[in-house]
Amino acid sequence: MKRLIFLILLVLITGYGFVTTAFGRSEAFKGNIYNPGVLKPRDSAPKLKVGHKAPDFSLPALNGERVSLQQYSGKKNVVISFVPAAWTPVCSDQWPGYNIVRDIFDAHETIILGITVDNIPSLYAWTNQMGKLWFHVLSDFWPHGAVADKFGVLRSDGTSERALFVIDKKGIIRYIDVHDINKRPSLEVLVKELKKLQK
Amino acid sequence: MTMILKINLHLWIVICCIVLMHQPAMAKGNPPEKGEVLPDATLAVPDNPVHRDYLGLSKGNTFKIPQIKATVVIIEIFSMYCPHCQREAPNVNSLFNMIESNSGLMGKIKIIGIGAGNSSFEVDIFRKKYNVLFPLFPDNDFAVHKRVGEVRTPYFIALKINRDGSHKVIYSKLGGIEKADQFLDLMLKLSELDKGGGR
Repeated sequence: MKRLIFLILLVLITGYGFVTTAFGRSEAFKGNIYNPGVLKPRDSAPKLKVGHKAPDFSLPALNGERVSLQQYSGKKNVVISFVPAAWTPVCSDQWPGYNIVRDIFDAHETIILGITVDNIPSLYAWTNQMGKLWFHVLSDFWPHGAVADKFGVLRSDGTSERALFVIDKKGIIRYIDVHDINKRPSLEVLVKELKKLQK
Repeated sequence: MTMILKINLHLWIVICCIVLMHQPAMAKGNPPEKGEVLPDATLAVPDNPVHRDYLGLSKGNTFKIPQIKATVVIIEIFSMYCPHCQREAPNVNSLFNMIESNSGLMGKIKIIGIGAGNSSFEVDIFRKKYNVLFPLFPDNDFAVHKRVGEVRTPYFIALKINRDGSHKVIYSKLGGIEKADQFLDLMLKLSELDKGGGR
């Protein structure tokens, strides 16, 4: 019976591999995307809930500025998009989509802050393949993953979860999606959440 | 006898799992090669009557690509999240316009796009952003993408459809078309159509 269960699991795991290997396939990245395989969908404990005040932070951005959450207070809604790591499959296939929908974010008075635990040089090389991004890309490299940890999305291997936080102009968290790291969050769902901000 | 039945039952469970994993929606194929037929893939008949007319399809649920009324069908496997596909969009539009403005080619060469891993919402974003006039189809669960070997994007496949309804792949290549006029010349050469649409 144990052998049977093992065989079934083997078949299912092999099949799961089929389902989740299709991301990060843009030719823009050529053969430079490292495939870590199928990862544990979530590997962190939540620290924040919808309705909580978002913790402030200040991180270096790719353009040389330091960007804080506080600077948008009273001015813009903020979507924080944590992605696990540069040069990995799903991450490379997420921000380029946000890059062509600036009009949707503008219409909802919302900006994006893209955050990873990578250092600036790595982020620079990686995001250059995406074309010119209209939103800030921030490095949570040092102290390593400190902001991801504050938001409860630092994984045990030092990468972050694939997570979205929608924060309104008052700094209140209105939506959290700590997504299965192996899958890209639905843009449609995010846009629906932006629409709710105006209510 | 009971033991044999038990073993048989176990075997049947494993076999069923394997069969289920290899149903069309899950099966992974190889990229089609020149001279081969296109892997069997089904798409939803477009709701848009302009697109239905363009493809020569009547109202219905689904169709297979070789059913498109054309001599040559160019298929772009793309994703709205793929930066290379975003950059390539104006070139593919040029190709479409070149074909549609040539009375000898219009109706003979048709283009479709299949959004690998893209929902209808995401495909619509791409369509509007780049003003794509030819039909784009969502492939949310990667069903078609898997059938064509989980290719990187953009990937172009061209089919020549014969009068008897049979077809063969005449082009199958990773990367953009880049120069629309040269790509059109290549399609004409490979399909043995001339610029006036004769053959």
